Amino acid sequence: MNRLFRTLLKPFSAFFEGHARTHYRMERHSIALTIGIIIAAGVGGFVEIAPLFTIDETVEKVSDMRVYTPLEQAGRDIYVREACYTCHSQMIRTLRDEVERYGPYSLAVESKYDHPMLWGSKRTGPDLARLGDKFSDDWHVRHLIDPRDVVPESVMPQYAFLARTSLETASLPGRLEALRTVGVPYTDEMIANASLDALGQTRPDREQADGVVERYGEATHVRNFDDQPDRLTEMDALVAYLQVLGKLTTLPDQIKIVAEE
Amino acid sequence: MVSRLTETERATAILISLLGLAIGLLMAVLGHGDPMGAHGWVVMAFCGVMIWLVVSHLYDPEPTEDRSASYYDDPTRVGIILALVWGVIAMGMGVWVAAQLAWPNLRFDAAWSSFGRLRPLHTSGVIFGFGGNALIATSYHVMQRTSRARIAGQLSPWFVLFGYNLFCIIAATGYLMGVTQSKEYAEPEWYADLWLVVVWVVYFVMYIRTLQRRNEPHIYVANWYYLAFILVVAMLHIINNLAVPASFFGAKSYSLFSGVQDAMTQWWYGHNAVAFFLTSGFLGMLYYFLPRRAERPIYSYRLSILSFWGIVFFYMWAGSHHLHYTALPYWVQTLGMTFSVMLLVPSWASAGNALMTLNGAWHKVRDDATLRFMMTAAVFYGLSTFEGSFMAVRQVNALSHYTDWTVGHVHAGAMGWVALISFGSIYAVTPLLFRRERMYSAAAVEWHFWLALAGTVIYVFAMWNSGIIQGLMWRTYNESGTLRYSFVDSLVAMHPYYIARAFGGLLFLIGAAIALWNVVMTIRHVPAERRAFDHPTDSEALEPAVPAAE
Repeated sequence: MNRLFRTLLKPFSAFFEGHARTHYRMERHSIALTIGIIIAAGVGGFVEIAPLFTIDETVEKVSDMRVYTPLEQAGRDIYVREACYTCHSQMIRTLRDEVERYGPYSLAVESKYDHPMLWGSKRTGPDLARLGDKFSDDWHVRHLIDPRDVVPESVMPQYAFLARTSLETASLPGRLEALRTVGVPYTDEMIANASLDALGQTRPDREQADGVVERYGEATHVRNFDDQPDRLTEMDALVAYLQVLGKLTTLPDQIKIVAEE
Repeated sequence: MVSRLTETERATAILISLLGLAIGLLMAVLGHGDPMGAHGWVVMAFCGVMIWLVVSHLYDPEPTEDRSASYYDDPTRVGIILALVWGVIAMGMGVWVAAQLAWPNLRFDAAWSSFGRLRPLHTSGVIFGFGGNALIATSYHVMQRTSRARIAGQLSPWFVLFGYNLFCIIAATGYLMGVTQSKEYAEPEWYADLWLVVVWVVYFVMYIRTLQRRNEPHIYVANWYYLAFILVVAMLHIINNLAVPASFFGAKSYSLFSGVQDAMTQWWYGHNAVAFFLTSGFLGMLYYFLPRRAERPIYSYRLSILSFWGIVFFYMWAGSHHLHYTALPYWVQTLGMTFSVMLLVPSWASAGNALMTLNGAWHKVRDDATLRFMMTAAVFYGLSTFEGSFMAVRQVNALSHYTDWTVGHVHAGAMGWVALISFGSIYAVTPLLFRRERMYSAAAVEWHFWLALAGTVIYVFAMWNSGIIQGLMWRTYNESGTLRYSFVDSLVAMHPYYIARAFGGLLFLIGAAIALWNVVMTIRHVPAERRAFDHPTDSEALEPAVPAAE
């Protein structure tokens, strides 16, 4: 038994001996050590990350996937600014209870235009991946002004200042331009009209609204979100973003989602 | 500080600060109306303080002694104090945000005081402010002693230390203004990231130059870990932070990656920030300070080798276990899980190596709270790495992910391992640096130890409980086959644990404040007699001197 054990271990101990001897020499040369560390640390990341950019199966191909309107992108930027991801994930996993609680599990394509992704790692509040159209605008506005007004047990901070702060739209063309650089297919026309479109999306009765529908599709929500028709606020933008979460493509509704037990 | 620099070095320091002042002015003017403008003023104020520091001592007499014959400890001294100051501030923030989760109205009616802005301040403050300064300071100390050579350069250690703290200040003030890219542990925006690259390159060059002038044939094991920390953190930082700014004079930028690729890159970064910032660097501390304090050699040289290369190689594969059951391709999830489980071997090799080193010195562990800090840190390192490998298993992760269990796990690591080993090292190095017999109050060290341990245990047990309850409530079904609890039900169940957590954090914070007080008192306290050793010029000293070539 003991002999068998020793025979089996022999190749390993030989490897370990060899390694120790090589190392004895290596640790006398700072540059050799440096190169060794870079190589050893480089392999894993390269093997796992590089294929994700080339393998076709990583992200589904979908024809009806749409980009965020300037107002929604501005809302997303506010969501990022307030670091909402620290408490709310945007990734429904393929588990039965999550699919039943939140809706069809998230597909890779749904965050294709998300720079950065907001999948999150902690749920102090519920997942938001399929929040769009679940509640009324009014509910969202009241909830953001004082969460405990609509959910008494909530521990979420109040965001009343969003309704008082005017949305800064001058930087939107630059933002869309930067997003195009990293791969979001915004057209020249979309970028040129970004600031006006942000305003137009909250003005259903004015002509600026027509351009938004023309550029971003019939399904775009064109309405005043925060019930202050004369002002474009950060609240408008954030609610507009929350109302399209999970609504950028209809693919999850088309395919049959089978969750893991 | 300044009196140890020559006239040319003082002039160079002023020139560098003036350059910083000019860049700050440019940011303030062109970024007017944007948070970047505000950061311009921060940069200017910081560089102004630097200039004032040098100019106020500009005409002090220059050093006359042969500087190459001694170690350069001034930057370490300042770094230790900065680490403790950041620690107290950031842990205070932690207690506040913990209390906000128990009592959500505990804030002012202001944008800056919400959980989303303060929590990253707590996280970055502890990791980068406290941890980073402790790492930089101890690495200066360790690399000089183990190489028996003076640090390379007079100004570069200062440049790295102050440049790094400028980065921390920009990050911290940025979060309060809402400047964040919402990537965990990588929240600062593009211009802060670029600045950190500059600082880090200088750090690496300085480190490698010091190693190259060493008077020891072998590079001591602590230096392997510090070197891996410097190199790999640079690699992670640069790749994860690739972004395109929306304008050159605005803070906002967009990540180069999106969706799945961004998630994988982020967790490759995030998990390895834990590996190379929060583990590798601190293992460097462990491998130097623990054997020194115990006055025993490291138990096994071969275990050190196994542990080192195992950690450098395996950790890089393990990040994808943060993305189980998500839209990330299945093969990557499986690879991540496999390597996470294997990672237990090199991790326990180090933890075991540290504990075995104490064999024959356990009476010292009993009597000396400083050594006990290090011993407990090694135990927590072993526990957290076991828990980490366990939580990376797919089925366990299904329950633990998104819950407070994860928070408990990272805090077992952060409080039990990172903070305890840092405190132990700080207590070991402070009397040495300031030429004191011992710490001002041994009783305070003892108090700190028990407060820190009690705080950690309360915190971690509260989070284990709340996390597992949360996970189970989310997946409990009625007999009729529908979900039993609403999300709010689970939130209500968390309340007592959130209070317990805030209390545990408070104990830990009090301990850190005691440490700061104790270090300050040690510095101010007049020594009874000068220590005999740690003077490399003394040939009889415990640390023999070989003058370093300048």
